[in-house]
Amino acid sequence: MTSKNSSKEKSVGVVGMGSFGTAIANILSEKSKVIAYVRRAEVVDEINQKHTVDGAAINPEIFATQDPEYLCKSCNTIFFMVPSSAFQEVIRSFSPFLYPYHLIIHGTKGLCLNLPKGKTLEEMGKISRENILTMSEVIMKETVVVRVGCLAGPNLARELYLGQPGATVVASKYNEVILEGQRLLRTDKFQVYGNSDIVGVELSGVLKNIIAIAAGALAGMGLGENAKGLLISRGMVELVYLGNALGGSLKSFIGLAGIGDLVATCNSTLSRNYTVGFRLAKGEKLDDILDTMEEVAEGVNTIKLMKAFVEGTGKRAPITENLYKVLFEDLKIEEALQYLMKYPFSVDVDFL
Amino acid sequence: MADTYIKHKYEPILPKKDEWPVVKLSKSRKDFIRKVADAGKRSVLEITGENMDLLREELETTLYREKLRMKQNPWAVDPDDEKEFWGKVKSSLVHLSAEGSLTKTQKKKKYLEILDDISMRYAEEIASNFIHTHYKVTRRIVTFGFSRLLNAARVKGFKSIFSNQFSLQDKIQIVGETDQIRDLASKGTIVMVPTHFSNLDSILIGWIISVLGLPPFIYGAGLNLFNISIFSYFMNALGAYKVDRRKKNLIYLETLKTYSSEALQFGVHSLFFPGGTRSRSGMIEKKLKLGLLSTAVEAQRANFERGEDDVSGKIFIVPVTINYHFVLEAPSLIQEHLALTGQERYYKESDEFSTSYKISKFLVKFFTKGSDISVSVGKALDVLGNYVDNEGNSIDRNGRKIDTKDYFLYNGKVTVDAQREEEYTYHLGKRIVEEFHKINRVFSSHLVAFTAFQMIKRENKKLDLYNLLRLPEEDVVLIYHEFKEECQKVLNIIQELEAESKVQIAPHMKSDIDSIIDHGLANVGMYHAKRPLVKNSMGNIETQDLNLLYYYHNRLHGYDLEKLF
Repeated sequence: MTSKNSSKEKSVGVVGMGSFGTAIANILSEKSKVIAYVRRAEVVDEINQKHTVDGAAINPEIFATQDPEYLCKSCNTIFFMVPSSAFQEVIRSFSPFLYPYHLIIHGTKGLCLNLPKGKTLEEMGKISRENILTMSEVIMKETVVVRVGCLAGPNLARELYLGQPGATVVASKYNEVILEGQRLLRTDKFQVYGNSDIVGVELSGVLKNIIAIAAGALAGMGLGENAKGLLISRGMVELVYLGNALGGSLKSFIGLAGIGDLVATCNSTLSRNYTVGFRLAKGEKLDDILDTMEEVAEGVNTIKLMKAFVEGTGKRAPITENLYKVLFEDLKIEEALQYLMKYPFSVDVDFL
Repeated sequence: MADTYIKHKYEPILPKKDEWPVVKLSKSRKDFIRKVADAGKRSVLEITGENMDLLREELETTLYREKLRMKQNPWAVDPDDEKEFWGKVKSSLVHLSAEGSLTKTQKKKKYLEILDDISMRYAEEIASNFIHTHYKVTRRIVTFGFSRLLNAARVKGFKSIFSNQFSLQDKIQIVGETDQIRDLASKGTIVMVPTHFSNLDSILIGWIISVLGLPPFIYGAGLNLFNISIFSYFMNALGAYKVDRRKKNLIYLETLKTYSSEALQFGVHSLFFPGGTRSRSGMIEKKLKLGLLSTAVEAQRANFERGEDDVSGKIFIVPVTINYHFVLEAPSLIQEHLALTGQERYYKESDEFSTSYKISKFLVKFFTKGSDISVSVGKALDVLGNYVDNEGNSIDRNGRKIDTKDYFLYNGKVTVDAQREEEYTYHLGKRIVEEFHKINRVFSSHLVAFTAFQMIKRENKKLDLYNLLRLPEEDVVLIYHEFKEECQKVLNIIQELEAESKVQIAPHMKSDIDSIIDHGLANVGMYHAKRPLVKNSMGNIETQDLNLLYYYHNRLHGYDLEKLF
């Protein structure tokens, strides 16, 4: 590429350099100039001077900044890769510099609460669909950007970072966002599928975290593959029911972002959510586990939200409800498991 | 602002008729029709992907459907040479497919010629026939005639015919962002999108546009209305172009959309009834027909593509709600709605607007007996549904100026992306519906109808809607003091909503609850043979027609007021 060309072509933005953000920034940097936004000054220095994040080497071309305005001005397409707990705040700090010509793709597998002013989840108890925002809905609410997409699929950051083969889904209502995602991300080792059901794909990534915690717990108890098979398939049923109630379509749940991701996370010790479940089963307390984890396990927050949602709609979601009791009400994992074994599921698959 | 009715007449923003976009358009009518036909043709070719077999199929389907229409559903307005024209199309098509000696390119040329003929014919048929002198006459008839009638009725005595005490604006109240629409109409192009409850709406809106000093708007009117001579005259005079709902073929639909889009690009203000037809249920339109709306998005993009980046190339969407105590067609509309939703098997089709005589009778009734109408003009939006200021700048939720053009950029360039525009249109539709609910004005009649119906529903919890509507009317009685209590509750919530700018309330609702109820009862569906609500001799509330009550009740659907019951 000549210098003339590259000065004309805008950079691609990556907001948040956690493990997933770093992996995506690396993939993007194969084809484009990447500007990364990080909050802490020492990380900016680490990226710009040592070309590493947390000690791991990254493409030296990646340039880091703390300035949202600079990033927004330099990029037409921006990838938001921040945890859901910080998502709203980060989006708000970018909002003044975002314009309708921007395209945003996010890779966050979590949900945000949208409660009436001055209320907390504890006060509300039950919540309904309008109290829950997916990340694309947060973006639409906080910014003028409408061309929004999301990234989901079995994308364990560690494997991506190592350059192992994998695939992802870019979902958006806008074909151009999907095509842009494919153009920027696709490499010999990275396949990119498109899906127009953005909410369904977001929900797949969000809800599978619940099952991942359960899978970790089963493994922690020393149970074998039969139990895991049982969990994944019953988990899938629950995921489909919750997902439908939240407005996603079945097709997305049985796709790469749903089943694909579910299988990957339920089998991987690399997964944060899996680790939470595993350590719980080993007898650790939730607070201690979360304190010692470097990155957020989205599933914990998701379980909290989904439990309130299930109560608000009068539906039942046995896995989610029991995990909630284990996480927040000191129910023993063994008891929860026993409860699940007794639960009167009668039909195997009734959603197809 | 929202409370004051606009009573004065505005000076025209463009005093000279030659400056009116619609007059400019009618002067270059011939060229314009050619342009529409060409653009329509192009989009048909795009859809068929330049594939000759697909094009032939479209042509054949069109022919087949047109022949069927002529046979099964002929109308008085249909031109006499129709059979001849389609006969010719048929013989050309037959001739072509039998012809073996032509090369592919020759055949292609022939098919394109046929397409061209059809597109031209459709464009010609759709095009409005605005004649300025007719417009002037019509405006005079409406304003002068109506205000005579009105004064005769309200001021007693022989001299009343010459009294000017009441003007039409006492009867039809205009509220809302009237200054903004005037400002914007002189800067860019307006697309007015009103709610649609009655056939009266088009004439009403035409009159409003003239009162506001705006040049005439063009709008698509159902061809069926041109069957009626009185309407035909008014419609042509008001700049209506013709929409034939019998024709559902691709070529017709594309030509129609192109007509609207090209007219907008020409700078002609337009009027869309985005609900498509009159609301059958009496609810504010929830699902809009996106076909015509998409032409606004398309025209905006086309203007940007040509580099018309300043306000003169901008298209402004102005939602308008028309609020009635009484809708003449209510009985047949609600019957149709119920039949459509499936439960009532048999219904009589009786269109109150079927003859000129009936309409005249209604108008006399309307103007002599009173029943106020208010029209609220909403804030203007850009084609993405952002509010715009009086200069025509789009403003985002945080009060920041944004450029609508940005929505059409990809890598810094305006690009054409049909799928993107489809999404934008969908989004715009949603925004318009939101605005409808905000500028909707609650009348006393809506309040009493809503409350009464919900109370009846609550008392018959076990019945579904259709069984509820079949209750014998004589069995339904609401005790007045209970009814009053419930009305007060609903009113309280409506007032809360008003405080949050989620709805508007008519000034006649500012008195005590007994007077509001009396006013409501006196006005709700006042000219129907069977009244939706009446007070019986005991002072309690009864209904004579549950379907009608349901219809008027529906006006307050969509505010979540049902949860009170």
